[in-house]
Amino acid sequence: MKKTIITVVGKDTVGIIARVCTYLADNKVNILDISQTIVQGYFNMMMIVDTSGATKSHGDMADELNALGEEIGVIIKCQREDIFSKMHRI
Amino acid sequence: MLNIFEVSETNKMIEKENLDVRTITLGISLLDCIDSDLKKLNDNIYKKITTVAKNLVPVGQEIEKEFGIPIVNKRISVTPIALIGGSACKTPEDFTTLAHTLDEAAKAVGVNLIGGYSALVSKGMTHADKLLIQSIPKALKETERVCSSVNLGSTKTGINMDGVKLMGEIIKETAEISKDEDSAACMKLVVFCNAPDDNPFMAGAFHGVTEADAIINVGVSGPGVVKTALEKVRGENFEVLCETIKKTAFKVTRVGQLVAQEASRMLDIPFGIVDLSLAPTPAIGDSVADILCEIGLEHAGAPGTTAALALLNDQVKKGGVMASSYVGGLSGAFIPVSEDQGMIDAVQAGALTLEKLEAMTCVCSVGLDMIAIPGSTKATTISGIIADEMAIGMVNQKTTAVRIIPAIGKDVGDKVEFGGLFGYAPIMPVNQFSCDAFINRGGRIPAPIHSFKN
Repeated sequence: MKKTIITVVGKDTVGIIARVCTYLADNKVNILDISQTIVQGYFNMMMIVDTSGATKSHGDMADELNALGEEIGVIIKCQREDIFSKMHRI
Repeated sequence: MLNIFEVSETNKMIEKENLDVRTITLGISLLDCIDSDLKKLNDNIYKKITTVAKNLVPVGQEIEKEFGIPIVNKRISVTPIALIGGSACKTPEDFTTLAHTLDEAAKAVGVNLIGGYSALVSKGMTHADKLLIQSIPKALKETERVCSSVNLGSTKTGINMDGVKLMGEIIKETAEISKDEDSAACMKLVVFCNAPDDNPFMAGAFHGVTEADAIINVGVSGPGVVKTALEKVRGENFEVLCETIKKTAFKVTRVGQLVAQEASRMLDIPFGIVDLSLAPTPAIGDSVADILCEIGLEHAGAPGTTAALALLNDQVKKGGVMASSYVGGLSGAFIPVSEDQGMIDAVQAGALTLEKLEAMTCVCSVGLDMIAIPGSTKATTISGIIADEMAIGMVNQKTTAVRIIPAIGKDVGDKVEFGGLFGYAPIMPVNQFSCDAFINRGGRIPAPIHSFKN
């Protein structure tokens, strides 16, 4: 399993999760976990996804998700899980 | 499983606190390039570097994208060129052709600096070492990306004072030759005591002869992350302070270890070391001096600075050691002046002097770094400054270095602009009393008594 973390940060609006999930489904990325908070109108979401069956490379998905974020008006980042697990787990 | 707070913490470090990997440095041995024919030697060097380092920059960019962490520099270090050019180079000009080849190879593979235009003369100088050292001013003036270093002493060998004298003159000459650009060529020249073989940071990186054919060394950075963490423990005691630095250094270093392992895997080149460093840049919030202020000083240079820096350096190492399987290089907090806005402010406020910086180098890595002094400073005075710094390294069994810029045509009150990561530096006053008779003695200073451990 190749775990990737997708984070979405920005002003809350209708359909953010729907747009991101649609993109992931179209590219055969399986969502393992979603957590989300809204603090003072700001939307903050983290998804743990499995990209082992993905049709595109990590780099392409990162670029496309970034572009999708610009379209919706939020910041979407797509990073391999290791950077977080290495930093926060011994 | 990871939670949203941990993920946000990491991304906040990257986006707001300037967490980055400062450099992936690929060390390449050029020992198998040696030939007595100069043209053949140049060809061999170019071919070896452009073959081994072909994928370095693209792999670095791929890692940046996969982990979402900036890798600021991709660089190369090579075997000290005095060893490689010895049999083919008969004049300083012959050595300069090798500098051009390194420069061209660096440009071809897209790295911003290449280190190893170096000589190791801690005890004595060979004819080739001398020729290379004489060629340094011209080589640095004529090339763009080549960095040069000279090891002048070690705890085991003592200090080569003939070399110290010569390097004072060479630094002055390098400043003269590049006076049209604020003597900027001096930024690419550093002298060492106890130079490490696996340092990934420029200008002092070279690939030691004890190293494998090729190796990946990584330097991390995160002064802003440490500073932000310390903001939350203002007024707490030293135990809390030290624990906070240690934990933060652990997190920062883990990123370096991860990047080093990935780069090693993707390039199929063994992983060497992670350099546990706090390396500042002129960017606001990326300053080691600001950490010292956060610890409780009005400015870097105030009484207490050496103690604060000592504890900072020690905690960075304690936190970092557990985060990485192999540590090496310079490992510690860097205190360059021009590359750290907080240091520049301290100098301009009159809080930080050359003498205080010298004291600070006793307790951190590396030495007197990126310091601009008046262009009228005598070569022997520069040699005297170098000798002092080498003595600190020799006696304390640590690496020390000197990278100073005698800015030709400028004096105290002026400043020099280097641009980009190198920043700018106010010219600092230098003690005007002479050390001519000391420097002109010639010979070498014997190794200290505590080096005889056998």
